[in-house]
Amino acid sequence: MYTSHTKADKEEMLKVIGLEKVEDLFQCLPEQGKFPALNLPDGITEMEALDELQYISSFNETTQELVSFLGAGAYNHFIPAAVDSILRRSEFYTAYTPYQPEISQGTLQAIFEYQSLIAALTGMDVANASHYDGATAVAEAVNMAYHNFRGRKKKIVLSPAVNPQYRGTIHTYMDGMNLEIVGEDLGPGSIPDDLIELIDENTALVLVQYPDFLGRIFDLSALAAAAHEHKALFSVHINPISMGLLKPPSAYGADIVTGEGQPLGIPLSFGGPYLGLFATKDKYVRKMAGRVAGETVDTQGQRGYVLTLSTREQHIRREQATSNICTNQGLIALASTVYLSLLGKNGLQELAKLNYHKAHYAAEKISTVPGFAVNPVQPFFNEFVVQCPVPAGEVNEYLLEHEILGGYDLSQIYPGMTHELLVAVTEMNPRSEIDYLVAVLEEEYHD
Amino acid sequence: MTEKTIFELSRPGRIGIRYPEPDVPLADLPEKFLRKDLPLVEMSENEVVRHFTKISQLNHAVDTGFYPLGSCTMKYNPKINEETARLPGFSQIHPLQPVETVQGALGLMYETQQWLAEISGFDAVTLQPAAGAQGELTGVFIIRAYHNSRGDSKRIKMLVPDSAHGTNPASSAMSGMTIIEIPSDKNGNIDTERVKAECDDTLAGLMITNPNTLGLFDENIVEACQLVHNSGGLVYGDGANMNALLGIYRPAEVGIDVMHFNLHKTFSTPHGGGGPGSGPVGVTKELAEFLPDPVVAMISEGDEETPAFYDLVTPEKTIGRVKSFHGHFGVVVKAFTYLISLGKNGLLDASTSAVLNANYIQALIKDVYHIPYERLCMHEFVTEAQWDDAPGIRALDISKRLIDFGFHPPTNYFPLIVHEALMIEPTETEAKETLDAFADALLQIADEAKNDPEILHNAPTNAPFGRLDEVKAAKELILKTQLPENYGKELS
Repeated sequence: MYTSHTKADKEEMLKVIGLEKVEDLFQCLPEQGKFPALNLPDGITEMEALDELQYISSFNETTQELVSFLGAGAYNHFIPAAVDSILRRSEFYTAYTPYQPEISQGTLQAIFEYQSLIAALTGMDVANASHYDGATAVAEAVNMAYHNFRGRKKKIVLSPAVNPQYRGTIHTYMDGMNLEIVGEDLGPGSIPDDLIELIDENTALVLVQYPDFLGRIFDLSALAAAAHEHKALFSVHINPISMGLLKPPSAYGADIVTGEGQPLGIPLSFGGPYLGLFATKDKYVRKMAGRVAGETVDTQGQRGYVLTLSTREQHIRREQATSNICTNQGLIALASTVYLSLLGKNGLQELAKLNYHKAHYAAEKISTVPGFAVNPVQPFFNEFVVQCPVPAGEVNEYLLEHEILGGYDLSQIYPGMTHELLVAVTEMNPRSEIDYLVAVLEEEYHD
Repeated sequence: MTEKTIFELSRPGRIGIRYPEPDVPLADLPEKFLRKDLPLVEMSENEVVRHFTKISQLNHAVDTGFYPLGSCTMKYNPKINEETARLPGFSQIHPLQPVETVQGALGLMYETQQWLAEISGFDAVTLQPAAGAQGELTGVFIIRAYHNSRGDSKRIKMLVPDSAHGTNPASSAMSGMTIIEIPSDKNGNIDTERVKAECDDTLAGLMITNPNTLGLFDENIVEACQLVHNSGGLVYGDGANMNALLGIYRPAEVGIDVMHFNLHKTFSTPHGGGGPGSGPVGVTKELAEFLPDPVVAMISEGDEETPAFYDLVTPEKTIGRVKSFHGHFGVVVKAFTYLISLGKNGLLDASTSAVLNANYIQALIKDVYHIPYERLCMHEFVTEAQWDDAPGIRALDISKRLIDFGFHPPTNYFPLIVHEALMIEPTETEAKETLDAFADALLQIADEAKNDPEILHNAPTNAPFGRLDEVKAAKELILKTQLPENYGKELS
């Protein structure tokens, strides 16, 4: 039982309040509709609840049981046991936002370390305490750019190779702001430099993904320069694991870096909870939404941390706040902090290379299957587009018969890409799985 | 008690986790894209675990002590919920898997939608919003979409009571609404005369919290909803205080059209030190077609031979998606576990006990602490922490002194309409002895405030840290570890 009151306790408490029965507590509620007869079952025991949940979960086929090459914004990575061991510390998970810093230094120091790690990873000056996920982090980047120019610049140049779910979220968030969002109709075949001619004086933000939704890596220097020439902000969305290998967006001059933090030790969990990374330059720190922890001292001179810059936030500014966000992803940000501490500089680099090599091996092998091709020109990280001899949906159905999650069918997003499959490879795919995929494809699609 | 940061603990060459050697031929690396430095830490696993364990012990949490933080519903978090969310069948499924491979997950989401609808009286529910604030934003987008779909795009005025959470006006502003603040009347209810004065053809709606942030069931809510409806507007309900109403009153009954739930509060999915939350939104039948994309639908009911079949569907006039994928599924699993564990009898008992506990503390302290709106409260109440014979004592001082007694302070300075507000929400999971001890501490502190105020000004003295200098933090803005120049420069 999660409540403790005995009958005697209740009677005593009611007496102190001056009431006879618990129903009297609700005397000021309208009579009509009070104590509705809910059409719900009565409670069950812990044993029964666990049984029930196990039963329900058995109707799902997991990435452990299947061979998975599915990515497209959520990636199957190994999670060291120490990550969950720390997450299960109930001093962390049963606390709330650290409003009282004297008794919340665990949470606050973890946030401060998280900010430090994300700033280091992205090469930016400063990171906030996180957003809900990659999609909302990107939407907040657009929101920040809009407010940075006080709503005077109305155009957003948005790469068509940004994750379609993020683009959808941007459209939902910014619908009431009368923004002009251009670039998406260039189509997935375009490259970042094709966006340059869309940038003008009215542009508030240029937004790309790196590696992009199709897995490709491009040099973003020219695009960044064009954005800055027109006094627009330049925002880059990353896969954090790729940062173990690739130049950070700061090297191209990014003003804002966002990311989906899920690969950093967060289980797939059917799409959430995940983690929105958000970093920027010092000069924009007051424009950045979200919680931020800062270093200070206590009355004894001990170093400690507090939530700071709160004058930007909704509980002070109310309708003048740039965002309504009032928490961060607390425990999920903690998971990524523990994960990045364990991997560190050496581990993240090793992991990024492992992903890179395996993906390239897979791409090369798949290309040898008759009718299948991978564009060999553009560099990629751990995800790539496979051209199939038949519609990608058919390939996926066939692969699923062999217990393989083949990849993401791109026709769902880009109508022209009927035969294209987006395939992700991580350290979780041993060579034997890649070879199995290729063998299964060869069996069906031989000459 | 200062702990070193991970950067200070880092030593070159230490490794926390190793990966297998590549089992594939090595590919050429793209030289022009390679980074030259990576200033992360280098630590062994033991060092990492010990560090985070140590800092965890600097936290006050529900599992270490009473946490009567008003408006936040810091109830006990059942351990079984942590287990079920981690079952491989839930934690190891990809959001883009074919629906036939994730029928368990979709079925669980569908059932959760049904439970929330039944508890609240709404006709349709989305689980997509990530937190309460995002649920509000979703709700306001739905209200806007509803008006626009009727060609009524001049409706941009949103009424927000002065007692509302700050997220209410912020969410409205994010969707381009104009905010009109509505005062509370002398009994702590919404002032219906002022609502009436704003009722015209530019009214988009009203955002209202019930019970309101004073912890009172708003006695004018039915009338306020009717006024808004009569002039063509819609009513948004902030479900932050739903813990007072489970099995007691259904928000849809009073005339609310759209409302968010806070699964991390009401349904005990832990707060996680600030997240992840989950903010499902319930709506009336008329608004179901505007829900964010996607929602879970039952496509075929199933029978003894075949299980039901579920799918993700896009509502006809959807506002679009508000985040990636399908919401905070892992949090939903915990809430569902909690819902079926308690059942309708347990839910009713939870809310009844929550209201009993709040009224009990209010009764124990009301002779000493002024209650600005003295009525029976719901699951929380607000008191004014100030006395004429204790000048210089503020709500903050009382809060900090409570820490010395081992209690987390109540919410202070909210709602804004009460001076020196202390907002106390004990929740249903606290035993009578805990409530007694808390009330005793408050009474002792009131006495100290008058006779020995220095104790309060110096508090806390019995915590890992004394008061922290927030002014210095805001002025110096040190937002990350300061690294030496060459840190992380060499890459292997």
